[in-house]
Amino acid sequence: MTESTPVIEMRHIVKKFGDFAANDDINLQVQQGEIHALLGENGAGKSTLMNILTGLLQPTSGDILINGQPVVVDSPSKSDSLGIGMVHQHFMLIDAFTVTENIVLGSEITKGLSLDTKTAAKKIQSLSDQYGLAVNPMAKISDISVGQQQRVEILKTLYRDADILIFDEPTAVLTPQEIDELIAIMHNLAKEGKSIILITHKLDEIRAAADRVTVIRAGKSIKTFPVAGVSSQQLADLMVGREVSFKTEKEPAQPKQTVLSIDNIEVDDARGVDAVKDFSLEVKAGEIVGLAGIDGNGQTELIQGITGLTKVKSGHITLNGKDVTNKKPRQITESGVGHIPEDRLRFGMEVDMTLSENLSLQTYYKQPISKSGVLQPAEMDKLANKLVKEFDVRAASIHVTAGSMSGGNQQKAVVARELDRDNDLIIAAQPTRGLDVGAIEYIHRRLIDQRTAGKAVLVVSFELDEILNLSDRIAVINAGKIVGIVDAKETNKQELGLLMTGMSLEAAREALKEEVTV
Amino acid sequence: MVVQKNNFSVALFSVLFGLIVGAIIMLVFGYNPISGYIALISSAFGSMQDIGGVLTQMTPLILTALGFTVASTAGFFNIGLSGQALAGWVGAVWYALSFPDMPAFVMIPSALILGTALGAVAGLIPGWLRAQFGASEVIVTIMMNYILLFLGNNILQNTMAKSIKESAETTKQVGHNASLQLKWLTDLTQGSSVSTGIFIALIMIVVVWFVMKKTTLGFEITAVGLNADAAKYAGVSAKRTAVVAMAISGGLAGLAGTIEGLGNYLNFFTQNSSPSIGFDGMAVALLGGGSYLGILGAAALFSVLKIGGLGMPMSSGVPFELVDIVIASIIFFVGANYLIRLIQKRIKAMDEKAAAQGAAKKSAKVASKQVKGGE
Repeated sequence: MTESTPVIEMRHIVKKFGDFAANDDINLQVQQGEIHALLGENGAGKSTLMNILTGLLQPTSGDILINGQPVVVDSPSKSDSLGIGMVHQHFMLIDAFTVTENIVLGSEITKGLSLDTKTAAKKIQSLSDQYGLAVNPMAKISDISVGQQQRVEILKTLYRDADILIFDEPTAVLTPQEIDELIAIMHNLAKEGKSIILITHKLDEIRAAADRVTVIRAGKSIKTFPVAGVSSQQLADLMVGREVSFKTEKEPAQPKQTVLSIDNIEVDDARGVDAVKDFSLEVKAGEIVGLAGIDGNGQTELIQGITGLTKVKSGHITLNGKDVTNKKPRQITESGVGHIPEDRLRFGMEVDMTLSENLSLQTYYKQPISKSGVLQPAEMDKLANKLVKEFDVRAASIHVTAGSMSGGNQQKAVVARELDRDNDLIIAAQPTRGLDVGAIEYIHRRLIDQRTAGKAVLVVSFELDEILNLSDRIAVINAGKIVGIVDAKETNKQELGLLMTGMSLEAAREALKEEVTV
Repeated sequence: MVVQKNNFSVALFSVLFGLIVGAIIMLVFGYNPISGYIALISSAFGSMQDIGGVLTQMTPLILTALGFTVASTAGFFNIGLSGQALAGWVGAVWYALSFPDMPAFVMIPSALILGTALGAVAGLIPGWLRAQFGASEVIVTIMMNYILLFLGNNILQNTMAKSIKESAETTKQVGHNASLQLKWLTDLTQGSSVSTGIFIALIMIVVVWFVMKKTTLGFEITAVGLNADAAKYAGVSAKRTAVVAMAISGGLAGLAGTIEGLGNYLNFFTQNSSPSIGFDGMAVALLGGGSYLGILGAAALFSVLKIGGLGMPMSSGVPFELVDIVIASIIFFVGANYLIRLIQKRIKAMDEKAAAQGAAKKSAKVASKQVKGGE
């Protein structure tokens, strides 16, 4: 495989923005039929490199060769015509259109003045059969699952005869089952001769899917090597440039008085359907309780109910013995709750405001940042400078807009703001979603420090590794109800996985025992 | 800072393009654009009276533009500035005529407050309807413009006492105790109707800037406008903030109307349509590019065009309608600022490409030299 001419070769790519080199002499070779992973931390330069390959950016210097021929990719349409297709992380689909309409959009086949959807649908069907991309060409986008929407994105590139497919963080939005299916699809595509570039920072997926990997760090390509026989630890160390620990060390928990007590609550979702019902849970000072569950089983509504963003229909929530059910968000925050929200861009920050302003988002109305209703920018900046230093938030300045920062640094800023207020309860929802291992390690460390300092911590996550790594006790939620609460030391991924599907604890343990004896 | 600079250049280009389009149209219809524009300038700045006229024209525009900016910062598109201004105008004139013997130091502040409050109520209603029920403020404010227009005319024609009316269609002039005009200012501007209003408007630019940029209230309004979910998460009551922002917006428009009543016209008369100060204020705010200093500049420009335009037909024969076309073209180019940004981006990209090619050529030369050296 390594002998033939590479399908893509990027040689000595340099891209400078002013004095800053986002790409600093990167080399990348992808063979035909290969799944080639591009591994790097947030901000390492992966996106810049792919933007150069897809014609959105022009390199400052360096060459691109497709099948050995030097090419100039000066526009996205040029990239299209060279057979390069991108499967975006955020889908570019129109909800009200059908699968077929979305796929043909921009390269419609016409019959006279009308669209020839039949021919298009036929071509799409044959593509989806060939590559195992099961999807109904006549379904509306709004009616199909996220995993299927991604298949539509893949079909879009295949429909345009792409031979080189770039997957940008493709698993960020998928469930574990959908991830397995996607990896199978990628293997199919490679078998049929397509070349795939997989951008990710999830190490397990690289090991499951990729043939070779190129590690990029701080704008430089560090190393390219076959994935077979490489451990996740080695990948992580190479990516971050130092030794990374996956398992965060922690002392045994010393739980004290109950801080958060949820008693039999019921919460509706936006459509008025009960998303959380008969839900009870306690979190004590000095312990981390992990709430495991598949996305969409009531976690969002539960957190919004606790923090006052949604009405709780029945039941009670008490905080340090005080009833806070259906209090206003600010009253709940002021009773000692720090909330790292699940969607940092929607709830966690004002992306168009500055980093400094965002760090004051919970305290702007209080002394010393506000004096009789007048903001004190100097005090605001003082707090921002302190937090940026303490929590290692990296930004060009505290006056850049939050939206211009990398995801990892945005999340660190949210974490800094919520942990700084000396709260009794920390609610961390998906605290490390979309972050690389270095940032994950850091945020986990901080959450465990909170527990050591005697705070109550509730972690909600879809990632079982995260739940197992952080928690002292693990509660599993399914269809809005607690299925079981287990000690973190006495459980494992398989057991939690079964509980997450709604199986009772006894049934799950029974099933696992059988498996062992068989 | 970069953004503001960019906005400024967009405004500048819009004005330039607007003037060019105006010139082309004048040429097409057989007028001399140069003499047309000279007439415009000399009519706007020819005498102290003209300058007074420009200042009078500017006053309500500054206030309605400020109102529009506050609402749009909170995420509202307040098209109801016209009706809100009318509420202040009718209310203040009616009040002033009803108490002709009240001393000026009581009458003037109370009339200003009353007019502002009436505008605030007219703004608060659509704000509350959207916060509470999600009613589109665009539709509600448009409809309220009609309600307030005919309500004002009805009050004038059927409710006001005969004793305070000049005719069925016009009230009497307000007394000296309520007039915002100052003798020295009137004398200085040779009898123009410029009043204390211009100073009030200038002070309000500073006040509104301070509230929006320097206070927690302004911070909350901005936060709600940019991302209501994050504001709610941070404990801001998005509903309350939205209603407050619309009340401030309407209040500023109400103040504009009050000054029209007590400073400019000194009376109220039957209106055939919603006063244009509401709509022109929106255009001024857009041309100002979201900057408070920009509002001052844009209001000045609008007023110069309007007052200057009045003189164009007499001295150069260019009909007044053409001036409106120039103004409309400027607004068009502000609205189409996407186009201007695109052109700017293209130019920048071309520069970058040229620079990159230059660099590439250089490195190629260096490389070839090295190869030769190697041989």
